[in-house]
Amino acid sequence: TVITRVHMHELAPDIRNKNNEEVNMGLTLDEALLEAKRCLDCPNPTCTSGCPVNIDIPSFIKNIERNAILEAAAVLKQTSALPAVCGRVCPQEKQCEASCIYTQKLGKAAVAIGYLERFAADYERKSGKASIPECAPLNGIKIAVVGSGPAGLSFAGDMAKRGYKVTVFEALHEIGGVLKYGIPEFRLPNDIIDAEIENIKQMGVEIITNCIVGKTITYDELKKQGYKGLFVGSGAGLPRFMNIPGENLIGVMSSNEYLTRINLMGASRNGDTPVLSGENVAIIGGGNTAMDAVRTAKRLGAKHAMIVYRRSEQEMPARIEEIKHAKEEGVEFLTLHNPIEYMGDEQGRVKTMRLQKMALGEPDASGRRSPVEIPGAIETITVDTVIVSIGVSPNPLVPSSIPGLTVSKWGTLVVSDDLQTSIPAIYAGGDIVRGGATVILAMGDGRKAAAAMDQYLMSNC
Amino acid sequence: MNKILKKAFFSSNVVYFEVEAPLIAQARKAGHFVLVKVGTNGERIPLTIAASDTTKGSISLVVQRVGVSSAKLCALNEGDYITDLVGPLGKATHIEKYGTVLCAGGGVGVAPLLPIVEAMKKAGNKVITILAARSKELVILEEQMEANSDEVIIMTDDGTYGKKGIITAGIEEVLLRERVDMCVTVGPAVMMKYVALLTKQYNVPTMASLNTIMVDGTGMCGACRVTVGGKTKFVCVDGPEFDAHQVDFDEMQMRLGSYKEIEQKAMNQYLTSTTSN
Ligand SMILES: Cc1cc2nc3c(=O)[nH]c(=O)nc-3n(C[C@H](O)[C@H](O)[C@H](O)COP(=O)(O)OP(=O)(O)OC[C@H]3O[C@@H](n4cnc5c(N)ncnc54)[C@H](O)[C@@H]3O)c2cc1C
Ligand SMILES: Cc1cc2nc3c(=O)[nH]c(=O)nc-3n(C[C@H](O)[C@H](O)[C@H](O)COP(=O)(O)OP(=O)(O)OC[C@H]3O[C@@H](n4cnc5c(N)ncnc54)[C@H](O)[C@@H]3O)c2cc1C
Ligand code: SF4
Ligand code: SF4
Ligand code: FES
Repeated sequence: TVITRVHMHELAPDIRNKNNEEVNMGLTLDEALLEAKRCLDCPNPTCTSGCPVNIDIPSFIKNIERNAILEAAAVLKQTSALPAVCGRVCPQEKQCEASCIYTQKLGKAAVAIGYLERFAADYERKSGKASIPECAPLNGIKIAVVGSGPAGLSFAGDMAKRGYKVTVFEALHEIGGVLKYGIPEFRLPNDIIDAEIENIKQMGVEIITNCIVGKTITYDELKKQGYKGLFVGSGAGLPRFMNIPGENLIGVMSSNEYLTRINLMGASRNGDTPVLSGENVAIIGGGNTAMDAVRTAKRLGAKHAMIVYRRSEQEMPARIEEIKHAKEEGVEFLTLHNPIEYMGDEQGRVKTMRLQKMALGEPDASGRRSPVEIPGAIETITVDTVIVSIGVSPNPLVPSSIPGLTVSKWGTLVVSDDLQTSIPAIYAGGDIVRGGATVILAMGDGRKAAAAMDQYLMSNC
Repeated sequence: MNKILKKAFFSSNVVYFEVEAPLIAQARKAGHFVLVKVGTNGERIPLTIAASDTTKGSISLVVQRVGVSSAKLCALNEGDYITDLVGPLGKATHIEKYGTVLCAGGGVGVAPLLPIVEAMKKAGNKVITILAARSKELVILEEQMEANSDEVIIMTDDGTYGKKGIITAGIEEVLLRERVDMCVTVGPAVMMKYVALLTKQYNVPTMASLNTIMVDGTGMCGACRVTVGGKTKFVCVDGPEFDAHQVDFDEMQMRLGSYKEIEQKAMNQYLTSTTSN
């Protein structure tokens, strides 16, 4: 008999859109064993090349198939510092699963690589038998890391494995970067991130929060304290606005502000930090961040939680699963609309927004059909909260505080193929190099930079 | 976690803290601020670094109790720990020898004005400080300002102390009397707005230190944005000081009211819970 691709169990939409519980519930052991059978253990696995860090996919899946789940988890950990995270948030349908032979050649649904990855990592964590990767004896060399996002954490873990004494400096009071302050718990629960952080600490990595490199402590001071290398994984934390009239009204904010208040500060739950979230909430944008914000708004009680996007649904950069989940939860989609002005009431709270209707024109540089205005087609809708989610730029703090770092015109750090910056002892990776990208790419950069810095230090120290 | 080494009351609603923070004490300059969070669920609030002691490894904060978060901080005692403290943030004040500098502070702005007064004095300026309050009990930091200024003028709305009148009256008197090369103002947005309008008439360059709402303090959220010279700026990284003649104070004032209702409710709840304990 032919086995069909496993379905992920999900919380019912009308229940989950009122709480903060994780939507995807994971696979059972039986489901995982069966799904693992579908993998053909291809001699030349195309899936692996679709994964940015080249996880040995058939090997971990075949371990699941023979019910050696802890071994499957060990295979994942050889390549990925955060498998439970990537199994949840990777855009699998565009990466490993898009390259699976089922999609490529057989015209069938891909092996559920992401679900299985999540399953193996969750199984290991719950078993209490999580293996701590073996670390080489300390070599006496100190390394500093800026930022505790996926790039910084994976770099730190890999350097610890090689015997370096690693200290991570984090500006915020919490560890995890976007994983903590950006991505909501209904998609990525905090205890999963914390467990992965615990693993990294077990390997001897020290993490210092509330410390901003370039402000609290400078690169020169770190050098004086004996740090021989620096990895910059400071992310792309700078929100973009559209610079249209009314954007500074009360109730108009960046998705970073909205999500940080809620996810990092506990606004609307037990935190002292307040957040504005009303009945008619419009999110401007069509990426993962926009989906996270709109689904959060729904959970905070919005009657109308709307995505306002200037292209059509086909062009949306968000993961298909996010769009599907948002729709099920009652999110409304206003595609081919672009805000041009916000109007407020006497107190300055946003009250209405003017939208320019768009049509699709020729493909632009990104290969997507570009939106063009339909002359005169303007409508006004009622809103009390607007969340601007049109992208982020690299945080200029580190680049501007270390003279001699080469920065591109987009504000990203310029690095060589092995992620070395213009200053030989400084490496960089993740969003500060790529602009807003993905967790797995950031993680992959961390690993690659660790290997390269190790080589550099070994031949120069 | 940062230990409170010393606590003193400047008035019933204004508390002075000396807090252990060796790295910040080393790095800070006048005009820098920190973000402080009390308790795991606390709010991150910005406070100017009033002074630092590099041998003790400590910084001083002067906190005015206005809402829940500042009240929670003011309730801490010597030996207690502040849960989270990060900094120094913002751009340092541009300090130089201008000649005569007029420092005008009112309400919540008097505490953050102190380190600027000190630095201006140290740089060799003649410093005239004007402090404004509604009435006598609300005048704070007079002694500390005296110690660092050539002259301190107190203005109260009701005339219970110093001269009767609002801050601009005091400023204008000085401007009519002598040449002023630079004016620095910190206080409620409306106050700074009128100070800016007045000094513009007299062509006195004026710097305003803006106290907007903040969350992260590192340029990540945009909560602190203001319009300066028609452009949106983030106070936490581009400021906190700006050319007062370019700032849209009406917009700033409006944005400061974003959470007014929620804050008032929270404060009432906090007061009931602390008095019943
Ligand atoms: C809401 C949202 C949803 C997303 N969803 C997905 C998804 O589903 N799938 C996916 O793959 N990707 C997603 N992304 C993108 C992904 O999260 C990022 O690409 C990734 O986190 C980048 O990792 P990083 O380590 O480079 O930086 P970050 O995660 O941004 O971490 C950088 C860290 O450095 C700290 N820092 C900055 N400057 C300093 C300094 N000077 N000193 C000390 N510390 C500093 C910051 O506080 C932060 O903690 C999402 C992003 C957002 C915002
Ligand atoms: C860069 C900077 C430096 C600062 N330095 C100091 C300092 O050294 N000492 C100090 O006491 N305060 C300072 N402040 C102001 C301080 O951050 C606020 O008073 C504090 O955040 C209030 O928090 P709360 O929860 O106690 O009050 P909330 O509940 O937030 O507010 C209570 C009431 O006070 C008003 N209010 C709140 N914040 C402000 C503000 N920033 N300006 C004017 N009115 C406000 C509100 O409208 C409200 O009615 C500074 C602010 C900034 C941005
Ligand atoms: S890390 Fe991401 S891309 Fe790689 S195999 Fe896992 S889910 Fe696929
Ligand atoms: S391409 Fe698909 S079937 Fe082949 S090894 Fe990879 S996951 Fe298994
Ligand atoms: S406080 Fe978040 S950007 Fe200024």
